[in-house]
Amino acid sequence: MKKDLIQISQWQWEMPKKDSMQVPAWFFADKGLLEQMDVKVFEQLHNVACLPGIVKAAMAMPDAHWGYGFPIGGVAAFDSQNGGVISVGGVGYDISCGVRCMTTGLVREEVQKGLSGLMEELFATIPAGVGSEGKIRLTPNKLDEVLVGGAKWAVERGYGLKEELDYIEEHGCMPHADPSCVSDLAKERQYRQVGTLGSGNHYLEIQYVNEIYCEETAKAFGFKPNEVLIAIHCGSRALGHQIGTDYIQILGRAAKKYGIPIRERELVCAPILSPEGERYFKAMACGINCALANRQVLGHLVREVFLRHFPSASIRLIYDVSHNTCKVETHEVNGRPRQLYVHRKGATRAFAPGRPELPEQYRGVGQPVFIGGTMGTCSYILSGTEMGEELAWGSACHGAGRAMSRNAALKRWKGRDVVASLASKGILVKAVSWQGAAEEAPGAYKDVTTVVDAAHNAGLLKKVARVLPMACLKG
Amino acid sequence: MKRFELFEHGADIGIRGMGSTLAQAFENAALAMFSVVVPNIQDLVPSRFWQLSCESYDQEALLTAWLNTLLSYSDIYRAVFCSFEVKIDGCSLTADVKGIPYEELTVEKGVEVKGATFTELYVGKQDDVWIAQCVVDV
Repeated sequence: MKKDLIQISQWQWEMPKKDSMQVPAWFFADKGLLEQMDVKVFEQLHNVACLPGIVKAAMAMPDAHWGYGFPIGGVAAFDSQNGGVISVGGVGYDISCGVRCMTTGLVREEVQKGLSGLMEELFATIPAGVGSEGKIRLTPNKLDEVLVGGAKWAVERGYGLKEELDYIEEHGCMPHADPSCVSDLAKERQYRQVGTLGSGNHYLEIQYVNEIYCEETAKAFGFKPNEVLIAIHCGSRALGHQIGTDYIQILGRAAKKYGIPIRERELVCAPILSPEGERYFKAMACGINCALANRQVLGHLVREVFLRHFPSASIRLIYDVSHNTCKVETHEVNGRPRQLYVHRKGATRAFAPGRPELPEQYRGVGQPVFIGGTMGTCSYILSGTEMGEELAWGSACHGAGRAMSRNAALKRWKGRDVVASLASKGILVKAVSWQGAAEEAPGAYKDVTTVVDAAHNAGLLKKVARVLPMACLKG
Repeated sequence: MKRFELFEHGADIGIRGMGSTLAQAFENAALAMFSVVVPNIQDLVPSRFWQLSCESYDQEALLTAWLNTLLSYSDIYRAVFCSFEVKIDGCSLTADVKGIPYEELTVEKGVEVKGATFTELYVGKQDDVWIAQCVVDV
């Protein structure tokens, strides 16, 4: 399939419409990234392009890799009025896994002196890793409140500040969430997990602003050169995973019922306007709210610890972005506004300047987007662009993407050595699991700068700043 | 015969159980999955016992249903499972499961498994060995 691609620009490639494809498939990448993409990415995006009601194109972001049904880094929009579908594979298992980033008002040198003590207390305070549980204990009714309220629920209970809600997608509360569409098993798994980080590629990182590319946007986002930032990457925990598991079965049956050919088991889907499709959307909205509440609680816990160590800090949320979602959005199609169900699997919403969904402070510059690197390398802050809106429904990549499997990383590195090596470079890592630290070794990931440059050059995003890690907490 | 092994996948981890019967391959696939959660899973001495069951629409889907059922109840019982006795009847499975609560774990932990997926999913017999495998999302 790779050989059939047509080069549209230096940064965009097209798989033309053929066989059962409803639309073409687009790949945003430079030649090197495209060549690195697994052949499965091309098969999976081809399959997405075959789904009913898909609009314009199936799209792969520069960090695309082999996923579950959709490639990770896959974006597709569907029109409910034209037989459009909703797919579990288009959202993924960790619903609304995402990143929030906060400013501190302190510079690197101020924090460096007390970094070790800060990380010790964060390590003791933030539940992370296998079998960890949060301090919040929920009953079935209380959990339903989380699933409906999202970050708003957390703020109402004292976790964070009311003004932060404007700096979260959906203002911290995804509409249409209906807990009756979520299984009891999913809820039961989540009773002790609100306010937990998880493991794998999830992290809490203390960073500093190393370079600013666009001063105007950095000013709007509220950070300065050398300022210390806090980034939190996690998702909807067990509840999201169980919703995904439950609805793969339900939408699998629905696809058969509605006669939708399924080319891969995890690409199961149902018409958006069918009872099954509507129930999945409402359950997924609960998953999004669970993730938003989780990050809000964690953000609050981090703020409390940070202020104990640095009382002069002023911790402000820049923004909270989600990666694994399906959202109803209005986009222009052939010159007319249309309401679409935009699936982003391992991709970030990256709205252009002027979008009414953005807080007023960012409407002139576009949505903040955070692209994480690794424990040992830089990450980036970027902003949404008009071109990204035109090309890809205001979407962009979400990370570096792995260059090496977890097994290969485990064979190559020992967790203790990875942590010691990073310490020698001045990066303090607190890891719950040595195995996790080895799997997440910086060398196991692609070069995030190559991915970010491809997104920037393709016009999907605009680079705002580069940040470097000072310390990292891994589950 | 080796009971289980892990195999390569770009972003996540492949788990494979082998056995002389289908049920044994399912037991060893479970052991493989929990070896991601606790690397020395075979050294654990279980202290608790549970009975679990699940069903699905075909033999391969039954494997993901089985593994996902284990993950769900591992969260609910707050325990890691390390010993399995499986009975399979068509597309239904019942199992005696032994494990140890997280708070009693003294060995090194690995990483969480979010879910068993349909990727690289295979259940079948090769030569005289039953194989049950899939990729798990971590």
